[in-house]
Amino acid sequence: MLSFTPPAQTAFSENGAEPRNPGIPLDLGWVMDAHVNLSATERRAATLGTRRSVKKEWQAAWLLRAITCIDLTTLSGDDTPGNVRRLCAKARQPVRPDLLEALGVADLTITTGAICVYHSRVADAVQALQGTNIPVAAVSTGFPAGQSPFKLRVQEIRESVAVGAREIDIVISREHVLTGNWVALYDEVRQFRDACGRAHMKSILATGELGTLRNVARASLVCMMAGSDFIKTSTGKESVNAILEVGLIMCRMIRAYQERTGEKIGFKPAGGIRTAKQVMNWQILMKEELGDDWLFPDLFRVGASALLTDIERQLSHHVTGRYAAEHYMPMG
Amino acid sequence: MVTVAEVFKTMSYGPAPEAADVAKAWLERHQRQFDLVIDNKWTAPKSGSYLESFAPATGERLAAFADAGEADINAAAAAARIAFATWSQTPGHVRARHLYAIARVVQKHARLLAVLEALDNGKSIRETRDLDVPLVVRHFYHHAGWAQLMDRELHGFQPVGVIGQIIPWNFPLLMLAWKVAPALAMGNTVVIKPAPATSLSALLFAEILVEAGLPPGVVNIVTGGDQTGALITGHPAFDKIAFTGSTEVGRIIRRATAGSGKRLSLELGGKSPFIVFDDADQDSAIEGLVDAIWFNQGQVCCAGSRLLVQENVADAFLAKVRRRMSTLRVGHSLDKSIDMGAIVDARQRETIDRWVQRGRAEGGEVYQADCPLPAQGCWYPPTLITNVSAASSVVTEEIFGPVVVAMTFRTPSEAIALANNTRYGLAASIWSENVNLALDVAHKVKAGSVWVNCTNLFDAASGFGGYRESGYGREGGREGLLEYVRPAWQARPRPAADPPRATFQAKSAPMPAPINGSAFTVGFPTIDRTAKLFIGGAQKRPDGSYSRPIFAADGHVLAQVADGNRKDIRDAVEAAAKAAPGWGKKNGHSRAQIVYYIAENLSARAEEFVQRLTALTGDSDSARREVEAAIERLFTAAAYADKFGGTVQETTLRGLTIAVHEPVGVIGIVCPDENPLLAFVSLIAPAVARGNAVVVVPSERHAVVAADFYQVLETSDVPDGVINIVTGARDSLAKTLADHDAVESVWYFGGSEGSAQVEKLSAGNMKRTWVGYGVARDWFDAEQGAGEEFLHEATQVKNIWVPTGE
Repeated sequence: MLSFTPPAQTAFSENGAEPRNPGIPLDLGWVMDAHVNLSATERRAATLGTRRSVKKEWQAAWLLRAITCIDLTTLSGDDTPGNVRRLCAKARQPVRPDLLEALGVADLTITTGAICVYHSRVADAVQALQGTNIPVAAVSTGFPAGQSPFKLRVQEIRESVAVGAREIDIVISREHVLTGNWVALYDEVRQFRDACGRAHMKSILATGELGTLRNVARASLVCMMAGSDFIKTSTGKESVNAILEVGLIMCRMIRAYQERTGEKIGFKPAGGIRTAKQVMNWQILMKEELGDDWLFPDLFRVGASALLTDIERQLSHHVTGRYAAEHYMPMG
Repeated sequence: MVTVAEVFKTMSYGPAPEAADVAKAWLERHQRQFDLVIDNKWTAPKSGSYLESFAPATGERLAAFADAGEADINAAAAAARIAFATWSQTPGHVRARHLYAIARVVQKHARLLAVLEALDNGKSIRETRDLDVPLVVRHFYHHAGWAQLMDRELHGFQPVGVIGQIIPWNFPLLMLAWKVAPALAMGNTVVIKPAPATSLSALLFAEILVEAGLPPGVVNIVTGGDQTGALITGHPAFDKIAFTGSTEVGRIIRRATAGSGKRLSLELGGKSPFIVFDDADQDSAIEGLVDAIWFNQGQVCCAGSRLLVQENVADAFLAKVRRRMSTLRVGHSLDKSIDMGAIVDARQRETIDRWVQRGRAEGGEVYQADCPLPAQGCWYPPTLITNVSAASSVVTEEIFGPVVVAMTFRTPSEAIALANNTRYGLAASIWSENVNLALDVAHKVKAGSVWVNCTNLFDAASGFGGYRESGYGREGGREGLLEYVRPAWQARPRPAADPPRATFQAKSAPMPAPINGSAFTVGFPTIDRTAKLFIGGAQKRPDGSYSRPIFAADGHVLAQVADGNRKDIRDAVEAAAKAAPGWGKKNGHSRAQIVYYIAENLSARAEEFVQRLTALTGDSDSARREVEAAIERLFTAAAYADKFGGTVQETTLRGLTIAVHEPVGVIGIVCPDENPLLAFVSLIAPAVARGNAVVVVPSERHAVVAADFYQVLETSDVPDGVINIVTGARDSLAKTLADHDAVESVWYFGGSEGSAQVEKLSAGNMKRTWVGYGVARDWFDAEQGAGEEFLHEATQVKNIWVPTGE
């Protein structure tokens, strides 16, 4: 196991107000002490959205806020500079100006939280976003399966950072979780973190492949101990991606980590969040379990693509009182 | 007006009101005044008086409703009686269709019911919409099934008759469903009285019943105040009273109905433990606690109001609880963004506050969530009291509000001891990820519902009800149906005056029999046998050192038996209470072996018993049959020792809901004079086979049989204290048993006055009673002498909920 030395980089990442997470030495006692009861977790997850309802002006405001937390994502084999540029344009101008005007927020600079692409498209995105403060996030480390040689995964991070990625979404080796090799997981994530340098690191747990919520809890703790700035649910490529039960457990672990270390770790659900209704349930989860700080992009991101259009339609409905069709919204 | 731009920065919650327009239109349709519903018709109260209902969240007057008086109760009971003649004869399938229709129509009007309930009670629309009304629907669907299956699954039972039902204000419609559905399924008709604070949903339900096509008179709804409730419990027309409410009122009802021959089921108060072990999923346990004590503003009889946390995690856990309390939102019942609504009325709010002040005065540290409360209306913040002990009044007394008290424990056995250190026994919640620990505690906690890693779960397929002063009877499941049926052979008991016993009592006074003169005979006098009491496995001389004569059929003195007194009962109960836990834990096979052994030894001495019975009754044929029947009874009971343990309930839970038939504990059994051996054996055998310890008062007239019987027991490996026999004056011993707080049930088969006395005195600790009202039964008959009712009375149902999944 690596001996623990706090990372030498600046305490603040380039784009965030939140300090970096320096990590702590692996605390196996804490990891093994994580208890999760599935049924009780499901019950809480199921009632989060029924205990709170956000309507009218509040709904519009929350949805606008959600937009600022979106990591607008394209992760496809057929991504080209062209469609990435289009996506970046949508990130700069995620809502039709007439709607923003009607909502009385035209003077607020509303953009998505980031653009999220494969390494090969980082340079295209960086170029397309010049003149904005929208960061580009790269999914490095052999995304989505993380089954490529370790040194290549570390190298991929370095190269992504070198071409301008300010955020790196790493994938963990599920093997380490499934075999209970927490030391190996810790070491892996620590080394990814070192390779990230100044770039913000989000650790993807791929929870749909971890088997149990207990594993999710333990992996969350290890990733935070190893210096992750964010923990993220999924790659979007697993059969089960972002679900509230998993999000609830990860948020509880974030809270526990903050209670013990004082560090605030961000959270990113990704995969399957397609509707405004869904994203508001995630926002309610954040507000209830972690507090208002986790409603802002420094500590909350949503990995999504189709979501933005649905939000825009809901905003249109708020403004006009009529239900809007998708093709009235500029595509990303 | 708040702007989008502002909220974009603050990310606050806004108001999210559920519209009340339809509910208000419904009130207006009735000009905001409601009569009684008798025979499916709105019926103006003969009393001419009305009460008013208010919305606790705002104080707004919602409507006036009738305050039923005596003439109204007469009319409602008469309507129910007439309907009973037809409804009880209506085939199960037809009743099933009616109950099914009710479920459907409730579903159609689900939102209206939910809104009206939230308005009238002050509870949140989320709860009425997501919990109360869906559970109501589920209850009628489930019981439609029981109506369909009654002939098969409750063969040998008949409806009880006309039922008077009184329900509380905390779950107005749900409690109505819990009362009405099983009653109707089993062929009874009802007169039901909602609580005065919350009558409106019942009145809307009345319209639903008419829409569903229920025949007139089957359900009659009489609104009114406490006085109306008293009129129902005292009214001779009812065959049973079913009550949910406070233990205090339950006690009054028990006394008021004592000796009337009315059946009674009571679902009363609680102070339920919420136990958190150090290996629990603490965050989930905290959400459980929210559902346990801040659900329905804590106005829940089974609220988890006593938090017991393992000492090594207590500080961290309580810190998490306080944090969680800070995110609870209190507000208008129709706001869809709240966790807690309004307290039902100002009086209840004051009561809650008085308890909290008292807790503070007794040294408790009171923490109240810093959540804003609306300016108008009736509110109380979520409250946690620490630094309390088992002796604190806020720990022992039910507060019925959003107030939880917290204590710590060191070991599982201390957790169990604290959990059971209460007069109540309604529910318990246990949090641990260790299945061995959790299930062990679940078995040892004295409560009718035990939730493992969950809390406040209810389902129509699982009985809900209490141990101890939390009442008796169950609602839901097959066990709940037994409250609404009686054995087919049994008529509704109409207790009559007892035949005079003066002659017998004078004759059997505890002194030597009068001298009649006797012939001088030469030879060996018989060696005296002194019949003693049998307590704690040993023969004991009676405390009072008196003996009383037992007469043979021909009038000569057959023997002297010990004249036990209240101190002997006290000693016997001590012995039984000591023996009961160990005996109850013994497995069924072992208990069966011992009951079989009693049968074996009785058989070996059968001839002696035949002679004794012949001497007592003068009928040798009957005596022989009686001994044979007694042996068979022992076999029946022994057979059931390992065949009545419980069932898996088919609730909506993913996991297991297990109904465990636990022993009642210490049962006092007072035997009739008829069939002195058979009745004695028929009563003690099932009680003992199912794990209870008993204190038996045998037939006063023929007590010598029981004195012979203890010699059988002594040779049968019966553990000390499991069966205790105290001979003596029946009703005075019965009085001591009924009055004893460590006795958990009394079975009394003496006269009607003695039955009344037992029922009345049982109110002291709300023990169960099973009395004969002086109506004889045929002890030889398999149903009358060993029917399911014996097993039912020998057990209490605990439902353990175990969700599964990793």
